[in-house]
Amino acid sequence: MGEIGLGHYIGVSAVAFGIGVALIVMRRNAIAVLMGLELVLNAAALNFAAFGRFGGETPERIIEGQVAAIFIIVLAAAEAAVALAIVLNLFHQMASVEVDEADQLKG
Amino acid sequence: MKGPVFFWLFAALSILPALFVLLTRDIVRMAFWLLASFAGFAGLYGLLGADFLAFTQVIVYIGGILVLFLFGVMLTYREPILVKRIPVRHLVVPGILAGVVATLGILRVVAARGSPAPPGPGPEETARTIGEILMSDYLLPFEVASVVLLVALVGATYIARRRGGT
Repeated sequence: MGEIGLGHYIGVSAVAFGIGVALIVMRRNAIAVLMGLELVLNAAALNFAAFGRFGGETPERIIEGQVAAIFIIVLAAAEAAVALAIVLNLFHQMASVEVDEADQLKG
Repeated sequence: MKGPVFFWLFAALSILPALFVLLTRDIVRMAFWLLASFAGFAGLYGLLGADFLAFTQVIVYIGGILVLFLFGVMLTYREPILVKRIPVRHLVVPGILAGVVATLGILRVVAARGSPAPPGPGPEETARTIGEILMSDYLLPFEVASVVLLVALVGATYIARRRGGT
């Protein structure tokens, strides 16, 4: 491979996204599910930054991709905090963080 | 200077630890493999010329969110701490899903021969331009993000509070 282009970054983002989704679906520990979610958000932010870099005609357009990625990071941090608070609450209630055991609303 | 080898290095640093997060059963090991993956992403941001973004990734994701995860693991500690073994039949659908996406991603990389080159060099000081944009064009999202952070802070503290009588 000579030149590293946009497709390379999209490919990395897609693979990371796939692994993150697999984590979300396969893991039973709630914190492991959150880890997969963070991987997904990371992949999306990389996508934004790559498109900004490769598709931006002016320096402002290039930066806007990075600004989008920064906002994704900020929102991911806020979401991780609230999600972990919920997981802690769940742990206080049922002394376990297995997502399969939180089925009181089922059926 | 910015040869392709650095891209493959950081790409491998992003993807391979993520695979190990998937494969390992100890949740603390998962957290540290995730740390390596986040560092790989920071390197990729650096290769894209986004130096401020790379540092933000390290500080917020590794220094904030990952530490938060480790605290969560510590506070929900329960013997045994190993993640339970997953029955094979549960792996079929997510395995197919993830395999399809990963294959598409790899094909995309392989097909990226004639992909567009970056139009021109980005601004040298991204932090200055990001600051100017956040204060002018993106002022509203900036303020909304600060409100979201405040709400998340208060909400998380409230949700996870110790209940007295219960």
